[in-house]
Amino acid sequence: MSGHSQYKPKSNFAKWLERRLPILSFMYDSFVAYPTPKNLNYLWTFGAILSFMLVAQIITGVVLAMHYTPEVTLAFNSVENIMRDVNWGWALRYAHANGASMFFLAVYIHIFRGMYYGSYKEPRELLWILGVVIFMVMMATGFLGYVLPWGQMSFWAATVITNLFSALPWVGPSITTWLLGGYSVDNATLNRFFALHYLLPFIIVAIVALHVWALHVTGQNNPTGVEVKDLKKDTVPFTPYATMKDGFAIGVFVILYAWMTFFVPNYLGHPDNYIEANPLVTPPHIVPEWYFLPFYAILRAIPNKLLGVIALFLSILIVAALPWLDTSKVKSGTYRPLFRKFYWAFVAVSIGLGYLGSQPAEGAYLWIARLLTFYYFFHFLVILPLLGRREKPDPLPKSISEATANRGASHA
Amino acid sequence: MKGDHSSTPHNPSRRDILTLATSAGAVTAVGGVAWPLIAQMNPDASARALASTEVDISTVPEGQIITVKWRGKPVFIRHRTEKEIKDAQAVSLTELPDPEPDDKRVQKPQWLVVIGICTHLGCIPTGKEGEYDGWFCPCHGSSYDVSGRIRQGPAPNNLEVPNYTFVSDTKIKIG
Repeated sequence: MSGHSQYKPKSNFAKWLERRLPILSFMYDSFVAYPTPKNLNYLWTFGAILSFMLVAQIITGVVLAMHYTPEVTLAFNSVENIMRDVNWGWALRYAHANGASMFFLAVYIHIFRGMYYGSYKEPRELLWILGVVIFMVMMATGFLGYVLPWGQMSFWAATVITNLFSALPWVGPSITTWLLGGYSVDNATLNRFFALHYLLPFIIVAIVALHVWALHVTGQNNPTGVEVKDLKKDTVPFTPYATMKDGFAIGVFVILYAWMTFFVPNYLGHPDNYIEANPLVTPPHIVPEWYFLPFYAILRAIPNKLLGVIALFLSILIVAALPWLDTSKVKSGTYRPLFRKFYWAFVAVSIGLGYLGSQPAEGAYLWIARLLTFYYFFHFLVILPLLGRREKPDPLPKSISEATANRGASHA
Repeated sequence: MKGDHSSTPHNPSRRDILTLATSAGAVTAVGGVAWPLIAQMNPDASARALASTEVDISTVPEGQIITVKWRGKPVFIRHRTEKEIKDAQAVSLTELPDPEPDDKRVQKPQWLVVIGICTHLGCIPTGKEGEYDGWFCPCHGSSYDVSGRIRQGPAPNNLEVPNYTFVSDTKIKIG
């Protein structure tokens, strides 16, 4: 984490390079000698899995862009051309489309890991906020990409999402027209969405670099939430320990990814998106991609356009305020018996909202969605602040090494 | 000038003036460059040009709705029945989230012309559905009546009435 680099250049070239640009020692300190808490569990491998998915999406995306045409009369057919004619095009497109889902699956596990173990707490607030920013740019990128195949779902997703901005008083309609480049979703819209979909992943790469930088300044949190006290006793070097564990986890994750891509490539898609965009017919039941469903349910739960849109954006932004809403000094949920119950209730509510987002907004579904939306905000704004003051946490281990030693003893 | 380059608040040097002038120039330049970069995203003159559409309505029987495209948007033209006209006129304004009497929304009571875009988030409502037999939006469940007025659901406003004129008894010009 700190102190002088232990890297000793061996070859003459390395010595030459190191004097001019110390990139080798930087890599060595960041990914070889970097001390990681020795009690990290497999939930800590999702950072590496996410890095892998980001690279996978950029590589498949760049090659797909070589065959895709962002023009309203050609876009749909160019995607079909990729599926049928381009060498390996079907595999590349299915890998990219399912890659988005796997990326979001991993990011949700990563976020909920942080929520359980209090990874957002002092001194990691900025690290957490950067993560929320990455998540929001990911959502924008996912949405923009979903529009490109120019099917019915693409078109109506673009219409609904750009119209969210029309809810703003006064400036709303002009902003929507500005975003669309016209009065409805059309060629100008598709063209710019393609340009932005290509741009944003590289913005994500830049913010990820800041995220990892911030992580390497504060050091990783760990399942006990107790900070590293003694580098020798509490940590192991990143390589080989974390490298191997991350590598193995990526392997397992890729098995699931490959299974989705090759065996059920359309399971998470919508048949309507294989119908070319038609500005005069809205499909009877429009649903966003699964990773947007909880937020979509919150939008629909509120029977007022502006307030619905505000609730949608707040439901994401409020996550960035977690470091200040959770008042408990204890980081890890492992030592917070009451918090644990509410944590799992929150997980259930989030999944419940996701389910309701996929159902029609009527009758009982609507009322349950309202109840869960209320609870979602209640969790952040009332439960977490109060819990930190009222709850009596379990005794914390003195150090990471003590916690792991005890665990070993109890198993013996 | 005595070769004194130091500056005090009372004694601005040439460097202070240059700094101010350069900063002002830079701000103007950034603004000037940002303007076209932002404005290019707005619709250009060809898109803004109000293309008008003429529609022959003689073939639309009573009780039917046709959809025509105008400026890339669907426009509903509904030939209303006697009962629908009565229903629309009978509604008391206090029942409406966006109060507007029926006769302000039509030029001839038997013809209703509205832009077919839900005022919630822009989906196309389907005709003769929903609780008020006007339109129902499948996206988020807004119901409109036979005057295209919002009655239930998240949409804040009535379906918009475009500018149109009756060119003859059987022909209207939208836009």
